[in-house]
Amino acid sequence: MNHDSYEDAYIRGILMASRTVAIVGASANKVRPSYFVTTYLDSKGFDVIPVNPGKAGQQIAELDTVGSLAEIDRPVDLVDIFRKSDVAVGVVQEALKMDPLPKVIWMQLSVKNYEAARLAEDAGLKVVMNRCPKIEYARLCGEIGWSGVSSGVITSRKPKLLKGIQRFSIVK
Amino acid sequence: MTERKPGFSTLAVHAGSVPDAATGARATPIYQTTSFVFEDVDQAAALFGLQAFGNIYTRITNPTTAVLEGRIASLEGGTAALAVASGHAAQLGVFHTIMQPGDEFIASTKLYGGSINQFNQSFKSFGWNVKWADPDDIASFEKALSPKTKAIFVESIANPGGIITDMEPLAEIAKKAGIPLIVDNTLATPYLCRPFEHGADIVVHSLTKFMGGHGNSMGGAIVDGGTFDWSASDKFPLVSQPRPEYQGIIIHETFGNFGFAIACRVLGLRDLGAALSPFNAFQILTGIETLPLRMEKHCANALEVASFLDNHPAVEWVCYAGLKSDPGYKLHQKYAPKGAGAVFTFGVKGGYDAGVELVGRAELLSHVANIGDTRSLIIHPASTTHRQLSDEQRVSAGAGPEVVRLSIGIEDAEDIIGDLEQGLAAS
Ligand SMILES: Cc1ncc(COP(=O)(O)O)c(C=O)c1O
Repeated sequence: MNHDSYEDAYIRGILMASRTVAIVGASANKVRPSYFVTTYLDSKGFDVIPVNPGKAGQQIAELDTVGSLAEIDRPVDLVDIFRKSDVAVGVVQEALKMDPLPKVIWMQLSVKNYEAARLAEDAGLKVVMNRCPKIEYARLCGEIGWSGVSSGVITSRKPKLLKGIQRFSIVK
Repeated sequence: MTERKPGFSTLAVHAGSVPDAATGARATPIYQTTSFVFEDVDQAAALFGLQAFGNIYTRITNPTTAVLEGRIASLEGGTAALAVASGHAAQLGVFHTIMQPGDEFIASTKLYGGSINQFNQSFKSFGWNVKWADPDDIASFEKALSPKTKAIFVESIANPGGIITDMEPLAEIAKKAGIPLIVDNTLATPYLCRPFEHGADIVVHSLTKFMGGHGNSMGGAIVDGGTFDWSASDKFPLVSQPRPEYQGIIIHETFGNFGFAIACRVLGLRDLGAALSPFNAFQILTGIETLPLRMEKHCANALEVASFLDNHPAVEWVCYAGLKSDPGYKLHQKYAPKGAGAVFTFGVKGGYDAGVELVGRAELLSHVANIGDTRSLIIHPASTTHRQLSDEQRVSAGAGPEVVRLSIGIEDAEDIIGDLEQGLAAS
């Protein structure tokens, strides 16, 4: 499939169908983008598992952290790759050893690897490349508009409020 | 099924807005509030740390203003926008994010007189040094480049002469120098011209003019094209280096292709303070819904009025790129084919005094220092908007002694022409 652009329906479908997310390369440093993504997805009700060999057995953003995908004790829907593009193939190879297989390989904004994408697609997984799930979620639920960012979404439907204040959720 | 890309008129009505999440209100509510309650300390910390999206305080974001920002970004084809209190505040915000004391930028000599003042006076006092270049001589921009140059600034359609700037060669020069091309798109609006399609990296607006369009609200905007690589050099530390006040966040890395707009907001607007009132945002937003309709009428009327003046014995010359005989006609066809705008100048026979007299005789046209109103407006720049400039600056900005500037409104063309006819007949 073409990875230069995605239809909103494709991204929305992936985010709505995913519950458990492994973030490979999650940082414990509170100003790194991977930390932001971890806390944001956690706040949206995803079951987030940080993967970071240096922090195995500890916590990142108050979430139990593992050293590798193989150490995860529950089915994972989406593997988010927060590593340099050239190691993405290795991460996909590890992901393809998981049982059950994850449903989606997601490569972060600026991470692009067509070989990794092909490997995952050949195994029946969906692939997203060079996108940030936090930005995509915030774009599709409408929250990103509060920062003056163009969401690209034109709709006459009301956003869905989550419990709390200033929290939206994506809807079909 | 592939998803449809909405057209410009659809975006002008819808982009950025959805029914209100709490009430279902369909028009955008005016969130006339200074501040927003936090759920708890953790949420507050996430918002202050730029980790979550949400409103804290109206100086920085406001939900009504945000709809306006999303709409402008969408109409321009940019990634994000920041709305501020005026066009001048937008220019200040852009340069604050780009410039360090001692830096230089290159600006076109064909600019709104107020911008020439801002650059020559206040900006100099910040240590931001403007170098002027002539858009009729593209090489003059290249010659003005130095290692300290941080940007090139032009107007797409220049005030007051309605002269269209040849942006693409300037974009090339900027690209080669690794600096952004900033385009003030106030007179064109994205309906007539979208500078990002011609290589601009940042667009600024005075929303006070055609965007709001009704002469009732001040406003300005900065639009991020999302194309410029702020981290390719160390020229732009506010965007590409860790920010101490946000615990070391690197804005470009964190926000990617809308990082510049975020930097203008969370570093610039936060400290400079020229926030837009939510009420003004609402007024401008309502204006933008009819932007395509208004611009069609503005431009059609302007062409009729310009043609009338072009044939009038009391008129020395008309400068309107929409006229086939105008030297700017080719650039109009290239950059703004739907219309050459509605602001232009003409020279009256009899010089300064004749100009002043004509303005004094207007009965339908209003004598005001504004443009881009539904009403037709007339002014004699040499005695008003461009008064503070030297004779030489006035002439190079297209505001010599005999020059009269018009901003053509959306009344009936015959009535606008009728008023000018009676004014010129008496001279
Ligand atoms: C082309 C242009 N840019 C900027 C401005 C300044 O905008 P404001 O008056 O909203 O500060 C004006 C105002 O006349 C203008 O015509």
